[in-house]
Amino acid sequence: MTNPDIIDTLAGLAPGSPLATIRDRKPVTRQQAQASYVALFEPADSGDVTLPERFAVAVFVAALHAQDEIAAFYADGLARSQPPEGLIAAIRTQGALARSSGPYGAFPKGRLSVEDVAGPIFRVTEPHRGVLGARLAAALAHTHLLVFHPRDASAAALQELLDAGWSNAGIVTLSQLVAFLAFQIRTVVGLRALAAAGT
Amino acid sequence: MAETVITHPENQEPSEFTLATLDWLPWLAPPEEDALTERQRASLVDAARSKSAYFRLLARDPDILEARTRTDKDIFYNTSSGLPRAERELSAAATSRHNGCIYCASVHARHAVTYAKRPEDVQRLLDVGVGADLGERWNAIIAGAVALTATPIAFGPEHIKRLREAGLDDADIVDVINSAAFFNWANRLMLSLGEPAQREQ
Repeated sequence: MTNPDIIDTLAGLAPGSPLATIRDRKPVTRQQAQASYVALFEPADSGDVTLPERFAVAVFVAALHAQDEIAAFYADGLARSQPPEGLIAAIRTQGALARSSGPYGAFPKGRLSVEDVAGPIFRVTEPHRGVLGARLAAALAHTHLLVFHPRDASAAALQELLDAGWSNAGIVTLSQLVAFLAFQIRTVVGLRALAAAGT
Repeated sequence: MAETVITHPENQEPSEFTLATLDWLPWLAPPEEDALTERQRASLVDAARSKSAYFRLLARDPDILEARTRTDKDIFYNTSSGLPRAERELSAAATSRHNGCIYCASVHARHAVTYAKRPEDVQRLLDVGVGADLGERWNAIIAGAVALTATPIAFGPEHIKRLREAGLDDADIVDVINSAAFFNWANRLMLSLGEPAQREQ
């Protein structure tokens, strides 16, 4: 684990810069955010989710956040993971098609229903279903749900993943992947904005 | 053969944000307490979390659970520098309110009340939403958390300017970023792996 700190790298914070110094004051936050990245993208045992699946989901999440540089970082990881032919292009095309604006979704019926916001439900379209396969196509649909309208999540959405060949443990890992990336990308974008704002 | 989800047809999901303590029902089977491996048990960090279906389910991937939990604890509990605990909890509660995680909002709204001693204001955040007027310092923190929670992310120089004018320095603003960003992680796990339930009184 000789990685450079991924959040500093993606945020463009040089060692010793003012914000890197602020981050240094909370070494556990820094180390554990990095350990989270390692657990998901350099796992000791990839378990029920392959490395190309992990990086493919990451490229897609970054694309949904319109973060081209972060998408490129994960696309490099995807390329290194020996993905099937055509996968990177398919993910990038689907990522562009799937962009939306969140958070939206419905609340349990009642007083909060006036706050319901409608929005699209994403499914992978042809011809990419074939390239991606049933597992990854289902994962991208679920990823879109978690990124843009997490309050619409349901047991039925998890059943679609199970039906596409995901295991219980694999779904936990997939959920952690998308959720962690929502954190990492916001940390990076927030730090970049703060660095750009000067003092 | 594919596994199946667990459904809870009898459960009446809470339909508003609340300071009350809620329960949480998983949609996937967590390991039973006595079936947790040593690695899974260690990944809970706090041994008492073996009582929680949520943490036992997450223990199906122990390495990321452990790193997640240690990230969470340091962002919120390490007050050696940066934003007061109350305002980190406010940022977490506002993020949860905006994403729509009724369970997460209840936990962190209670923490915000504990540390800020402003129960009416926290209740207004839950009732009115992230547009509630809670005084400029809290308004600025909530606006920052909400802008970070949007996808694509809407956080920019105007939010930083407002936070600075409200008296936050850059270490404080990093804590707003960390706590709001972390709840974009936590909300997505809580919302997507199970559902909240009223606790039996």
